[in-house]
Amino acid sequence: MSSIGTGYDLSVTTFSPDGRVFQIEYAAKAVDNSGTVIGIKCKDGIVLGVEKLIPSKMMLPGSNRRIHAVHRHSGMAVAGLAADGRQIVARAKSEATNYDSVYGDPIPVKELADRVASYVHLCTLYWWLRPFGCGVILGGYDRDGPQLYMVEPSGVSYRYFGAAIGKGRQAAKTEIEKLKLQDLTCRKAVIEVAKISIYGVHDEAKDKDFELEMSWVCDESNRQHEKVPEELLEEAKAAAKLALEEMDAD
Amino acid sequence: MDSVADSQRTLYPYVTGSSVVAIKYKDGILMAADMGGSYGSTLRYKSVERLKPIGKHSLLGASGEISDFQEIMRYLDELILVDNMWDDGNSLGPKEVHNYLTRVMYNRRNKFNPLWNSLVLGGVKKGEKYLGTVNMIGINYEDNHVATGLGNHLARPILRDEWNENLTFEEGVKLLEKCMRVLLYRDRSAVNKIQISKITEEGATVYPPFSLRTYWEFSAFQNPTAGAEGSW
Repeated sequence: MSSIGTGYDLSVTTFSPDGRVFQIEYAAKAVDNSGTVIGIKCKDGIVLGVEKLIPSKMMLPGSNRRIHAVHRHSGMAVAGLAADGRQIVARAKSEATNYDSVYGDPIPVKELADRVASYVHLCTLYWWLRPFGCGVILGGYDRDGPQLYMVEPSGVSYRYFGAAIGKGRQAAKTEIEKLKLQDLTCRKAVIEVAKISIYGVHDEAKDKDFELEMSWVCDESNRQHEKVPEELLEEAKAAAKLALEEMDAD
Repeated sequence: MDSVADSQRTLYPYVTGSSVVAIKYKDGILMAADMGGSYGSTLRYKSVERLKPIGKHSLLGASGEISDFQEIMRYLDELILVDNMWDDGNSLGPKEVHNYLTRVMYNRRNKFNPLWNSLVLGGVKKGEKYLGTVNMIGINYEDNHVATGLGNHLARPILRDEWNENLTFEEGVKLLEKCMRVLLYRDRSAVNKIQISKITEEGATVYPPFSLRTYWEFSAFQNPTAGAEGSW
C-alpha cells in the first residue's frame, strides 16, 4: 500500500487526510477478486448469473449457492465473501417477510434495495464492525415491473439496466452494453448471460473450475424468482461453449 | 390476577364458524364446511371462507373464532413463504403443517390464551394421504375421517357406518353432503351455503358455494317442542 494509507487504514471510523475510508476500499477489493456475477434487466424480467468458482473437486455439485431467493418475487446474487453474503440475504429475507406481515403486500424491490443498502451501510459506521466483503445484485419484479439493483460494500445502491461485479466485471459490462436490452426476452437473455458474460470472462487457463448458477424473475416464471429450468440452462451452456470454440478457432 | 374486564386473553370467542367435516377418499382428501359466521347466536356473516389451501400439498379447514383463524392463516403464510425461500426443491407436506399447528395451538393454551379454533388439516404428498385435526387446547389426532364441533356428534357416526378407503370423488361428495344435511337440520348455527374442497396429488381446489336441498315437512319438525316436557 502506498504511504497515504499509513495509519489511516485500520478503522472504518477514521478518515485519511485526503478524505477516504480505506477499510471500505479494501472490502471492495474482496469483491473484485470474486467470480463474476451479473444481472440484466430485459423487457419481461430479470436474469441473474453467477460464475461460481469451485475450490475443490470433491465438493458436491450445487453446494455453496450464490443466488438466493428473497420473498417470492426477488432474488439476490452474491459476489465476494459468500458467508458475508448469507448475512445480507438473511437480512433481506427478514425485511421482506416483515414488510409483508406489516403491510400485507410483498415488499417493492426499490424498498427492499434501500433497506438492504442501509444495513450494509450501517456496518461502515462503527469501529467494532467491519464492512461486508461482498456486493450483491438484487433482481425483482413488482407492480412497477422488473427492477435490478446493485448494493456495494460501501452501502451505495443504484438501479441498473445491467450490472456486473467480480473479477470479470469490465469485460462483462462491455458485453452487456452491446445487448439490445429493451427487446431482449429473458429466455434469450439466459443464453446471452451464459455466453458472453460467464464463459466469455472466465479464463480457463488461469481460473479454477466453475459452475454456472442462474436464476430469473420474469413473465415466464409467473413473476416468481426461481432457478432457470435445467434444460434451458443446459441449452445455454451448450450455446456458450460453442461460441467459445468458434472464437478460439478464429 | 387481572379482573375479567381488563384481561388481555381470549376468554370467549366472538365470531365463530361451525363444523368442518373431512374424509379421505380414493385420490386424496375431501373437506366440507358452511360459510356462516355467527356473532353469538346471531348469524352475522354469511360468506366466510373457512377452507383454505396451504402451500402445495395441504388444505386447512377451521371452525371456531374467525379472527383467530385469520391469525393462523398469517402464521401459515409466513411459514410457507420462509420454507419457499430455501428454494431447495423440498416443501412442507401436510404432516409437517399439522404438526406445526399442534405446537402453535398447544403453546397458546399453555399461555392460557388459546386460539379458539378446531382445525382440520388434510393433504397428499408423495402418494401419502394425510388427515388430522387439532383443537384449541392442543389435542390432536389423525384419522380416516374427522369432524369438528357438532360434526363430531352428528357426522362421524354416519362416517363410521358409511366411509371406506376407496370412495370415488362423487361418492365422497355425496357422503359429505349427507353429513352436512344432518348438520344443517340439527345444528342451529349451520347455514345452507356450503363449500366443498378437495386436495389430491395435483393440488387443492375449493369449489364455489352451493345449497343443499332440504325438506322441512317431516312431522317431527312440525311441533318441535312436543314431548319436550318443561321446555319452552
